Amino acid sequence: MGRYVARRFLLTIPVLIGASFLIFAMVYALPGDPIRALAGDRPLPPAVVAQIRDDFNLNDPLGLQYVKYVGDLLQGDFGTDFAGRPVIDTIARTLPVTVRLTIVAVLFEIVIGLTAGVLAGIRRNGFFDNLVLVSTTVIVSVPILVLAFISQYVFGLKLGLFPIAGIREGWYSYILPGLVLASGSLAYVARLTRTSIAENTRADYVRTARAKGLPERTILVRHTLRNSLIPVVTFIGADIGALLGGAIVTESVFNLPGIGREVFDAVRAQEGAVVVGIVTLLVFFFIFFNLIVDVLYAVLDPRIRYD
Amino acid sequence: MTEQQHRDLLQDEVQAGTTTGLASPLVDVTDDRQQSLWSDAWKSLKRNPLFWIGSVLGVFFLLMAFFPAPFARGADPRACDLANSKAPPSAEHWFGYDQQGCDYLAQVVYGARSSLIIGALAVFVILVLGVLVGAVAGFFGGWVDSSLARLTDVFYGIPFILGAIVLLRAAFNERGSVQVAIALAAFGWMTAMRLVRSQVIAVKSSDYVAAARAMGASSPRILVRHILPNAVAPVLVYATITVGVLIAAEATLTYLGVGLQRPAISWGLQIDNGQSLLRTAPHLVLFPSMILTLTVMAFIMLGDALRDALDPRQRA
Amino acid sequence: MTTLPSSASSVRDGGASAPILSVEDLFVEFRTRENTVNAVNGISYTVSPGETLAILGESGSGKSVSAQAIMGILDMPPAVIPQGEIWFEGRNLLTLPAEEARKVRGPGISMIFQDALSALNPVYSVGFQIGEMFRAHRGMSKKEAKQHAVELMDRVRIPAAAQRVDDYPHQFSGGMRQRVMIAMAIALDPKILIADEPTTALDVTVQAQVMDLLKDLQRETGMGLVLITHDLGVVNEVADNVAVMYAGRIVERGTVDDVFTSPAHPYTEGLMNSVPNVEVKGGRLQPITGQPPNLSKIPSGCPFHPRCARRRLGADALPGRDCAGDRPPLRLVVPGREAACHYSEEVLGV
Repeated sequence: MGRYVARRFLLTIPVLIGASFLIFAMVYALPGDPIRALAGDRPLPPAVVAQIRDDFNLNDPLGLQYVKYVGDLLQGDFGTDFAGRPVIDTIARTLPVTVRLTIVAVLFEIVIGLTAGVLAGIRRNGFFDNLVLVSTTVIVSVPILVLAFISQYVFGLKLGLFPIAGIREGWYSYILPGLVLASGSLAYVARLTRTSIAENTRADYVRTARAKGLPERTILVRHTLRNSLIPVVTFIGADIGALLGGAIVTESVFNLPGIGREVFDAVRAQEGAVVVGIVTLLVFFFIFFNLIVDVLYAVLDPRIRYD
Repeated sequence: MTEQQHRDLLQDEVQAGTTTGLASPLVDVTDDRQQSLWSDAWKSLKRNPLFWIGSVLGVFFLLMAFFPAPFARGADPRACDLANSKAPPSAEHWFGYDQQGCDYLAQVVYGARSSLIIGALAVFVILVLGVLVGAVAGFFGGWVDSSLARLTDVFYGIPFILGAIVLLRAAFNERGSVQVAIALAAFGWMTAMRLVRSQVIAVKSSDYVAAARAMGASSPRILVRHILPNAVAPVLVYATITVGVLIAAEATLTYLGVGLQRPAISWGLQIDNGQSLLRTAPHLVLFPSMILTLTVMAFIMLGDALRDALDPRQRA
Repeated sequence: MTTLPSSASSVRDGGASAPILSVEDLFVEFRTRENTVNAVNGISYTVSPGETLAILGESGSGKSVSAQAIMGILDMPPAVIPQGEIWFEGRNLLTLPAEEARKVRGPGISMIFQDALSALNPVYSVGFQIGEMFRAHRGMSKKEAKQHAVELMDRVRIPAAAQRVDDYPHQFSGGMRQRVMIAMAIALDPKILIADEPTTALDVTVQAQVMDLLKDLQRETGMGLVLITHDLGVVNEVADNVAVMYAGRIVERGTVDDVFTSPAHPYTEGLMNSVPNVEVKGGRLQPITGQPPNLSKIPSGCPFHPRCARRRLGADALPGRDCAGDRPPLRLVVPGREAACHYSEEVLGV
């Protein structure tokens, strides 16, 4: 197990390097004008342009630029916005909101998605099963953008059940946005669980368990469920990336002061450096999180550990 | 195929959404019954309501994209009169007017064109990239495969929307359909690559390819005649679903401000413009949202129906 | 109390006492939307303590299904048992309530399967899975169960049992995995062990080791062994009696020596002729022509007649013994031998 973790960890390093290089390349090395990327479309006086070129090392050769860029990252310097505020401070300020939103979303995914999937999988082709199949197809098809507006309109404006925007009502304000954010993933979890269970109940080792005379409940929980949940758990872990993207939309629609909305605002305000800084941090976090998911997968499925 | 290859193949197919199961021992997907695959699939498709709903919706929107005029009831989306600003739906103008006083039905209808173009273009690029890289990685194996796998991992490390935002913001001076399509493809090609790679590996190590080789078939011939036909089914399913996903993604990116720009006609722009007026003129957000959703739904339903029809495990 | 049927009990060797398991006139169907598959069509057999009964047949003959019906592990829809009785320790297993039937599985009758890799749960250690038998049926603690698991692993000759008890199934070789399954199966000293193609997935040398192990265990415990297989070599080595199955019916029954040297049914004859014989060089192998029947469309009369070289139809046939029209019952042909053929005497040469 230790070897497996060490190997996955070592493999993560080139990915981190590669991802940071990719982001760097997109901003600085591609045909687009980095000044425009960093400072926006507004016309700038030459002095400011010179300042920017200096701040971002744009006068250096590309290789050196990259080295300095990485050096900054390693020191925790993710850039600053136009007012000179370090991006890292902005992140620290807004991160808790996004974390809460993500937690609520994952909880919904697990509770609703898993439950629906288990119930549907145990009674395949029953009424509930078909209900789950149809509803998940529909939910997955509705873009989060649309779902956010519709639910804000229906449940917030018209029915007044939830706050329309902001976080004034504490955890309650996260319920509707969290549910919206989780919707697509929740549907997929339900589907995945359902199929996983339906297939596992016909697996050979379940037949063996029955031949051993084990009680039905033991067979269900210890053999069927346990094995069925492996792909689901790893999916939920890997799905965090999709949630990060969806959080941008959800936070902007519901006006939650999180990292997603910061990205949204920064794009609007053409604060390119902020966008790049936040994205870089999120990417690092995401890659690291994937490592944890890989390890979790090995914990759950012993076959992976010994490859 | 080794155990590990079996598991990798299954994992890739799960991630690509072309199948959702993981438990039972793998049915050999290299079963060389090509003829019966497609005729069985057609029979299964005909019975599936999702297929029919998806097809009808899909054809509807394709027509709307190619021939918008009749759907817009002859109105010109750019003939705008501020006097009509924000007028609600009426018998004459089914979708009312937007802030600029443009006929909204026409606006929404013409928006289909750019979405479908971008979706199709992006999927095309994804397929080209995916097939090329995946086939090379799968066929040659060894260090070629490892390095390409690392490259894919790097791209996987950047969540789709985040990468597209940075790319669109930073790399292009102006953003038209082509640029948006490229950005979508740039962070979405990996799954297609994995899928093709898995199929290539699965077939490469199969018995009948060994037989073909023993009879003297050359590598390109094996690739084309044996490997690619087997890969078509899951890739087709994936491509169909992805068109839907990318149409939604384009609308989202445009809404965020990094996609198409004015004066392009796009559902994303319409939703963006309408959001501040949600309380007073909800139709501005509602109508493009509705049409966007139905379009996405068409492709996802079609993809689902195709998957159910083509799943080799269900044929066994 | 019930009486055991006399027809089956007249044909036996290798076990001096009364049968522990008696299958009577068992039918199993699989009913789907499209059709009904007649997997088992009226079979009866008995197993006595210490006896090894081989059920021999091709795939699709119904041999595995009948075994699974005994164990009670068929999926009940789509499987249906319209008729039949399975007597074990004085009780008809088919009429027992589910909970009672469950308690028979494991301590009374147990089963091992063909592919040990898929038959064992990959995420639990072998010690855990063997120990399950003790925890579930005897209420032992995890620690006690594990100790017993180690003992069992020793008994089935898995080297370094104490070290390997926490290993996972994929860490063992095929032969060792099969031993793990055997350990699970004999954990509670069952009276009957059903082995469904236990060696088909193994190398020949490993096959021999596993079969030796099974025979030794049988000798130690006196349990009855039902060996389901299509491998004539294994049957010859290990079994006392053999029942040959075709299209869901038993078409021949007798001791292995008798049946193999002089078959009484054309199907068995065909099987014997299709095996390469070291003493007969230079001739051609004679496979049985044709395919096994589709179990949803079993041929009329004798199900084997389309493939039978000895069939008599129409004018050739004796009255009431038309191979295409009259189904041959399983009847006593010579003492100690039953066969389901109108013309068994000719096949035997008597």
